[in-house]
Amino acid sequence: MKIHLENVVKTFESFQAVKGVSLDIESGELVALLGPSGSGKTTILRMVAGLEYADGGAIYFGDQDATDIPVRDRGVGFVFQHYALFPHMTVADNIAFGMKVSKVKRDKAAIDSRVTDLLRLVRLEGLGDRFPAQISGGQRQRVALARALAVDPKVLLLDEPFGALDANVRRDLRRWLREIHSELGITTLFVTHDQEEALDLADRVVILKDGQIVQQGTPEEVCRDPKSAFVMKFLGDANVIAADVRDGRAYAGELSVEAAGVADGRAELYARPSDIDWSEQGPGIAAEITRVLDRADGRRVLATTGAGEALEFDVEPERVVKAGETGFVTLRRAKVFGV
Amino acid sequence: MRRRNVLPGLPLSLGVTLFYVGLIVVLPLAALAFKAASLGFEDYWRIVSSSRSMASYRVTVLSALGATAFNLFFGLSLAWVITRYRFPGRRIVDAVVDLPFALPTAVAGIALTALFANSGWFGSVLEGFGIKVAYTPIGIMIAMCFTSLPFIVRTVQPVLEDLDPALEEAAQSLGGSDWTIFRKVILPLLAPALLAGVSLSFARCLGEFGAIIFIAGNQPMSTEITALLIFIRLEEYDYQAAAAIASVLLLAAFFMLAVTNWLQARALRYTVKG
Repeated sequence: MKIHLENVVKTFESFQAVKGVSLDIESGELVALLGPSGSGKTTILRMVAGLEYADGGAIYFGDQDATDIPVRDRGVGFVFQHYALFPHMTVADNIAFGMKVSKVKRDKAAIDSRVTDLLRLVRLEGLGDRFPAQISGGQRQRVALARALAVDPKVLLLDEPFGALDANVRRDLRRWLREIHSELGITTLFVTHDQEEALDLADRVVILKDGQIVQQGTPEEVCRDPKSAFVMKFLGDANVIAADVRDGRAYAGELSVEAAGVADGRAELYARPSDIDWSEQGPGIAAEITRVLDRADGRRVLATTGAGEALEFDVEPERVVKAGETGFVTLRRAKVFGV
Repeated sequence: MRRRNVLPGLPLSLGVTLFYVGLIVVLPLAALAFKAASLGFEDYWRIVSSSRSMASYRVTVLSALGATAFNLFFGLSLAWVITRYRFPGRRIVDAVVDLPFALPTAVAGIALTALFANSGWFGSVLEGFGIKVAYTPIGIMIAMCFTSLPFIVRTVQPVLEDLDPALEEAAQSLGGSDWTIFRKVILPLLAPALLAGVSLSFARCLGEFGAIIFIAGNQPMSTEITALLIFIRLEEYDYQAAAAIASVLLLAAFFMLAVTNWLQARALRYTVKG
């Protein structure tokens, strides 16, 4: 089911949470709404679900205007951040709930066999008799997904589905959700504030700020070509170095990088930690190492430039560096945004 | 090895509590049982099963059941309205719920009698329909309703407040109608609190005295409640008979508490980990 949002607006009391968002989600696509808290991403998701009504604009499911269809008739599956499992029902009863209350009558045997299928799909065979309090957080979220899928939704909506889980479980579930999506091919929209999660999981990432879309595209597009300093910073660690732009090049100390399309004048260079090289000799920007952090996947160096800018970059784990050493940084690549 | 507890004050607080529980709760109840037991079985049985006693149990229990059933519905809807909606005067309604707790029950009794007597505001209207409230079991029931209503409201209210809205949203997104969601999701989650409220309310109705005696008329065999019968026996200096009848109320209260505890444990099975 294709979803189309047209200039959707939502205001709470005096706070405008969503300021005119238009968005297309193709049938079978897996799309992430990514943004900091207060960016309106959850409100958008809830409006698509019908859990909030839009103050303005329209939401289409296929060709049908779904803007005013109540949630119970909209045919969406919704997965909540804190699972929202019915605590007084067993796992199997939770999954069967939608089928039992549906206007389409099913006999008990059909419901039971569907519950068994879904338990297998979410890899929880044998846990049907447990109560939600008796299973782990990751298992609960999988039950919540099975419950949402049980009603054959046209659209699957997930609100920070893995936000309440610890990092390892989150990574496993992410991979697993991707598998389920390729298996079922159901149009899926999910909300997250975790850029890694959005980039790992989604076909397309929609980045929001203050109730508006600031950029959207495939993970490759948004990562390789961020259109604003906000997107650059939000997607990952970024070093900021003051620069001057003259005739399409940005100059910072002895370095210069290409800056096509940036107006002459003051600007900022943005570089990822992996885009910075460290050497004892110039040319480059002089800096002093303030701290060395050893991590499982490498050695992170914190340094300060002569101008007082804090930098973070990675060196090979074998390389000997110490706090207090001075040297020069060079940039392998950088993005330039005017200020 | 000695097990150490980081929370201070256990011996002192436990000692003080146990001492007072013994002094204020256990000792009087033991005295009551002792007094009743001094009667000998035959006398005891004659007193507690006399037709006047039996009639008082009947009117007390039936009125208490009626009042509790009414409070179950009215208390639940009152708690529902106070918790779930924001309307002008909500805080006043919320505060008024506690009034029966704060008001001396005799005051409530006098006020209700004045309202429901044949010449009172309500009484004169109801009389036109041929309904008599004052000096009948209906009056007893109304007095019981009045004093025990807060128990249901105040036990259900916090649970309703803590009910995660996402549960209802989830049920809605799965296609449940409002009534289905109330019946299958909300009500089962409220059940333990409702049970607790019902048992407190019922126990209060069984023991209510002050509010009832003004409105009940207190005719032996028809509108005489058990608590009043105990009082009458006391005034006659028949302490043993008073204790005997009181012990019946005590047993009834114990039985009720045991049953509700069991029902509550059953209703909360799902919270058990493991």
